[in-house]
Amino acid sequence: MTALLNIRALNAYYGQVQALHGLEFSLQQGSVTTLLGANGAGKTTTLRAICNMVRTTGAIEFDGAALSSRSTENIVRLGIAHVPQGRGTFTTMTVEENLQLGAITRGDRAGVLFDIERMYAHFPVLKQRHTQQAGTLSGGEQQMLAVARALMLRPRLMLLDEPSFGLAPLIVRDLFKILGKINREDKVTMLVVEQNAQLALEIADQAYVIETGRIVMSGKANEIADNEDVRKSYLGY
Amino acid sequence: MELFINQILAGIATGAIYACMALAVVMIYQAIDHLNFAQGEMAMFSTFISWQLMQWGVPYWGAFLLTLILSFIGGILIERLLFKPLTKAPILTHVAGFIALFAIINSVAGLIWDFTIKQYPTPFGSSPFLGSQLISTHQAGMIGVTVLLLIALYVFFQFTRFGLAMRAAASVPESARLVGVNTSWMIALGWGMAAAIGSIAGMLIAPVVFLEPNMMGAVVGGFLVGIIENLAGTYIPGVGNELKLPIALALIITVLVVKPAGLFGRPIVKRV
Repeated sequence: MTALLNIRALNAYYGQVQALHGLEFSLQQGSVTTLLGANGAGKTTTLRAICNMVRTTGAIEFDGAALSSRSTENIVRLGIAHVPQGRGTFTTMTVEENLQLGAITRGDRAGVLFDIERMYAHFPVLKQRHTQQAGTLSGGEQQMLAVARALMLRPRLMLLDEPSFGLAPLIVRDLFKILGKINREDKVTMLVVEQNAQLALEIADQAYVIETGRIVMSGKANEIADNEDVRKSYLGY
Repeated sequence: MELFINQILAGIATGAIYACMALAVVMIYQAIDHLNFAQGEMAMFSTFISWQLMQWGVPYWGAFLLTLILSFIGGILIERLLFKPLTKAPILTHVAGFIALFAIINSVAGLIWDFTIKQYPTPFGSSPFLGSQLISTHQAGMIGVTVLLLIALYVFFQFTRFGLAMRAAASVPESARLVGVNTSWMIALGWGMAAAIGSIAGMLIAPVVFLEPNMMGAVVGGFLVGIIENLAGTYIPGVGNELKLPIALALIITVLVVKPAGLFGRPIVKRV
């Protein structure tokens, strides 16, 4: 297995405040990696750093290409889809327009139409609501729309920022089942940031625990899940 | 009765121009959330460029097309040079920028072309339209061009990828970047289009500016304002040509106070 994403000595800053301190990790091609940690540990910042949405130093390499010199939109064009915190729904547009926007960088019309149908198959509720203004969807529906919109890019790497946030437990199960399926069938590499550690460790191959902007623990997901000390001190369950 | 219909049609023609200007203003307002005070001046300057081209012997439609292109480029340049550096600046900085733009364009136009009134040709002629005394061919032309422009813009924004990307960039810039839209250039493009639309309005009539943030409402409102302004000017004693404009402005303010979401505006539902 080769690394799709390589991060070395990554620092990130919000103004004068340093949020990440020398982060180092890599994502294996086709794997699901989860980034765990408490509020304010730097999980979201890590995802934003990959998409060059915060000021960073250090090296981020995606399939051999250096990301830090590229703009956010050019990073997306390399095949990195970001499901942001708060979902980033285009609230004044219809559900279908949101999906089309996910594929806005793609030229193949037929493929886009095919993928929209595929998303409706994954998330039937979106089909029922396809002409509805996206801002009127429930929180869970908007989360599904955000995931579907990201998939419309046909990404090679998917960054998911708290996909379970605000969702009912049953819906979360469904969502993670679909994510697992997409990972297996479409070979999409995933980096999942979660507060719901138990759930994230179930679908992940690899896990990193971060605390105040530093990686404090890493290992195979099942090992971390089985390690009682880690669970108690970092994951809180 | 003849006079009444005549004034209504003249109102529609004037309203068409208001609608164009409103569209131009809204185009930029949507993109950067600021009101471009200099939109009218930009349209005026474009009109002068077309006039100059015609003075140099370019035929009307050639000058029209060239002016469209030049205005488009000019709008983009203004955004790149003046307003892109201000992206993160507070609102007052923008206001200062718009006022500066207003003053600069106004003075430069005066410097180049002086402040005397120029005769401006119409490509449609001013004979009665289809033999009817009700409307002149130029007025009919103004309405026709505006309708064509509206249809073109509607198709562009609803049915093209570019239009969708521009709408996305205007509504949620951060999400737009995360799906790969070059938001910064979409704003520049919006400026270019606004400048070009303004130039059409300018070339069809001396521009009068007003703002209405709801696009289609702005169009219908534009027509209504034009009609009412003309009727008031003709029928209310003491209003006449000089007081037509205050009537239009009073009307706009009334609508904004009574129906702030726009004439047919539906308030956008937001979850909080």
